[in-house]
Amino acid sequence: MDWEYFFELLLGGLTRGSIYALIALGYTMVYGIIQLINFAHGEIYMIGAFTGLIVISVLSLLGLNQIAIIFIAAMVAVIYSTAYGYTVEKIAYKPLRNAPRLSALISAIGMSLFLYNYVLLAQTSDFLPFPNLIPEFEFMEPYSHIFSSNELVIILVTAMVMILLTLLIKFTKIGKAMRATAQDKEMAMLVGVDVNRVISATFIIGSATAALGGILIASHIGQINYFIGFIAGIKAFVAAVLGGIGSIPGAVLGSLVLGWTESFATGYISSDYEDVFAFIFLVLILIFRPAGILGRTDTEKV
Amino acid sequence: MKSILEVKNMTMDFGGLRALDHLDLDVAEGEIVALIGPNGAGKTTFFNCITGIYAPTQGDVLLMPPGKKQTRINGFKPNHVTERGLARTFQNIRLFANMTVLENVMIGRHCRSSSGILGAVFRNRKTVSEEQKVVKDSYTILEKIGLTAYVNEFAKNLPYGAQRRLEIARAMATDPFLLLLDEPAAGMNVRETEELDELIVKIRDEEQISILLIEHDMKLVMSLSDRIFVMDYGKKIAQGAPVEIQNNPVVIKAYLGEDIDA
Amino acid sequence: MIKFSEIKKSLFISIWFVFLTFPIMVIRVNPIEKVIEWRWHNIMLVGIGSFIISYIWRYLLKRKELGDQKAKSGEEAKISMIREALSNPRVFKMAMFGVGILAVIFPFVFSIYQTNIMITALIYVMLGLGLNIVVGLAGLLDLGYVAFYAVGAYSYALLNFHYGIGFWTALPIGGALAACFGIILGFPVLRLRGDYLAIVTLGFGEIIRIILENWNEFSFGPSGIANIPRPGFFGIELSLNNSITYIYFLMIGLTLLTIFVVKRLQDSRIGRAWIALREDEIACQAMGIDKTKTKLTAFALGATWAGMAGVIFAAKTTFINPASFTVWESIIILCIVVLGGMGSVVGVITGAFILMLLPEYLRAFSEYRMLIFGAILVTMMVFRPGGMISTVRRTYQFKDETAERKR
Repeated sequence: MDWEYFFELLLGGLTRGSIYALIALGYTMVYGIIQLINFAHGEIYMIGAFTGLIVISVLSLLGLNQIAIIFIAAMVAVIYSTAYGYTVEKIAYKPLRNAPRLSALISAIGMSLFLYNYVLLAQTSDFLPFPNLIPEFEFMEPYSHIFSSNELVIILVTAMVMILLTLLIKFTKIGKAMRATAQDKEMAMLVGVDVNRVISATFIIGSATAALGGILIASHIGQINYFIGFIAGIKAFVAAVLGGIGSIPGAVLGSLVLGWTESFATGYISSDYEDVFAFIFLVLILIFRPAGILGRTDTEKV
Repeated sequence: MKSILEVKNMTMDFGGLRALDHLDLDVAEGEIVALIGPNGAGKTTFFNCITGIYAPTQGDVLLMPPGKKQTRINGFKPNHVTERGLARTFQNIRLFANMTVLENVMIGRHCRSSSGILGAVFRNRKTVSEEQKVVKDSYTILEKIGLTAYVNEFAKNLPYGAQRRLEIARAMATDPFLLLLDEPAAGMNVRETEELDELIVKIRDEEQISILLIEHDMKLVMSLSDRIFVMDYGKKIAQGAPVEIQNNPVVIKAYLGEDIDA
Repeated sequence: MIKFSEIKKSLFISIWFVFLTFPIMVIRVNPIEKVIEWRWHNIMLVGIGSFIISYIWRYLLKRKELGDQKAKSGEEAKISMIREALSNPRVFKMAMFGVGILAVIFPFVFSIYQTNIMITALIYVMLGLGLNIVVGLAGLLDLGYVAFYAVGAYSYALLNFHYGIGFWTALPIGGALAACFGIILGFPVLRLRGDYLAIVTLGFGEIIRIILENWNEFSFGPSGIANIPRPGFFGIELSLNNSITYIYFLMIGLTLLTIFVVKRLQDSRIGRAWIALREDEIACQAMGIDKTKTKLTAFALGATWAGMAGVIFAAKTTFINPASFTVWESIIILCIVVLGGMGSVVGVITGAFILMLLPEYLRAFSEYRMLIFGAILVTMMVFRPGGMISTVRRTYQFKDETAERKR
């Protein structure tokens, strides 16, 4: 067995999984709170990546230094993605809070379609090269053939975001309000939680992590187009379901499992069907363990 | 009297929570039996376990339709339970809101009719006559329940009391021999409750349908039921005729709290 | 009177949107040539546009709230004029007669190009009516509907290529194969909750497309299959023009058949069960309806129409490749159903004509087609979830004991 190849796939899977996790968080948090699959989430991620690219291009013409560019671009991308996430919720989901779930779902699909075409029309349908922002670290030199500095940064950022988020949810006031709302919306409202604010906060946090994911993966892969949100969105959703939708550790675990599965399946079986594995995985999970790895089976109240 | 429903040793766990704890209950032919208990005692869970909506952790449900073989129905899907002649209503009204009153009742007739896709497309004589019979039967049921004034109204536009009655009509359309009513009088005013009282007795006497009901209105329970079962914390704490229950200290304690004797 | 507070609100919204759309709408970068294009005029566009739209939005929301209140207090909702006119049997007959005449003379009056567009629109009517069974009646959100369309198209193309099977044999086979696929997919998937179903069917649609793209030995990959014969007319070779006219009439016939079957299904025992399932799954089961079986029939029947539409599509274009069967196609069909009115046959037909014909005739508009479709889905759900034309439930009239049915 070729161990080096194995490790390359293992680390590649970890990187993939980290990216999925950053996007999957948004799905799982929104689902946990309002039981809606936010189809437009993949588009938020794409918009994050696009905004990042635009800022980088403008700033590099101004001749700023690399590190400054990275931070400003990431910040602007996060700000814009959260603004989009917030606005999408206000337009497409808030008026449907008490409507049947099918209506909200269709509205979400419509929003996704709209944003996707908005970027396509306002920008371009071509692939745009995305500069590699992260410098090669010297200490990574000996391993660079199987694991790049880029990948290291992705994994570190993801880990950091996860830790911060866990702290936020465990210990802050808004975190507690979120958990209360996820448990029982009416009850939370009765004890004085501003549910609208909680929902907005959820969209904002989810969008922010998605934007980070967008920038990181774009600089890792080196190109973006308007279409990246669709596949990434679906896969992150698969990861969220896999881990148990509504559960944050579940989303991370599901993302890693999916990342490894894809990495090994494309590495050892065939790369033609890269996208099929995720779907087959999804179908199997939903059939045999619909609650996911860490999710709990809930019985509908009758 | 011959019993038609026997529940033995029914237990239901939700995670670590025991919602039903080794419960026994039986209903005899022609009886009106009430199941009472404080909120959260597990009454609705009990109904859900009998009708196949939940799968109980343990226990048996035996169904003995008059004049037919007995069947053990635990683990059956809800629709199979209904096919065997056990119908129910829901505490939080679950009508088909965007269908008319008549159509709601016609849905109840679904499992007693059989025409399929080909019949629907070609409208052969059998399908047409079956469909006419379904309409007629459903209308007859609406007449019995007293809802003919609303035949073509959407279920969601009905006044509250009428919605509760429509739930009963819909359940009756499935031709049950035992009807499970989950708080049929909830939210009704005094007059509506009185009418409901008459209606339930009429269903039992004229349709030969036995009744098991969950109810909080004690006046209704006492006047209607032949026997009463009392539940608290998933356990059966008493059973007997209304007079016995009224004077049972355990029941009074369960309803009024611990310090009644103190 | 225009209130100051309203203007302030809209002004704020328009500033927000100018901010929101600034990077994407104003700046366009070309990283290869290191050029940045600034499109400042777009700021004006977004600002004014969002100002006006926010007004309309608020007005519609207010109107909807009023409507909800009216419905609650028991007031009858106003019936639209068109509906009222159509309920008059004489007007209805006249209208049908007119549509009939128009349908018959259409290919002789208009050009081949127009007829071709009409055929496409009719295919979408068929697809819309099929999906309407699944989404509109049974309430199952199927985002992989296009997969069944692909199954139909490929089954004709491949059966013809390998075995020389003709159109008329392929038509039922395509429908049946699609139904089989529907059942095979439905068995595991239909136990899932509604929103999971949407994503799994979406995944299924993509799997089918990816397989068609990659499995060269089977489907000839992205290059597709060409030279698929047009339908034969009793063994006579037709000229291109005649054969398009022929397909047009064939399509009219099939559309009528679809309408007929869907109408009858809708008013049947099965159709009622579908609607009940959509309204309340648990109550539906408790009333003795087999959930899985009912869902499967809806799924399979919906798929059948997609399969047949696929066969016709292959015969019409004589060339198919996987690019015709992307997920966006499924969403367009969904949009037809949603715009027209879920569960309403007339609505779906209207929806299909509007969405398929408008972009064809308003060329300027066609670039923005998908953008507008997205907006339609959202606004319809927010303001008029029932669609343009809402369903009428069948009413029955009774004289004493004799149940006499009247439409």
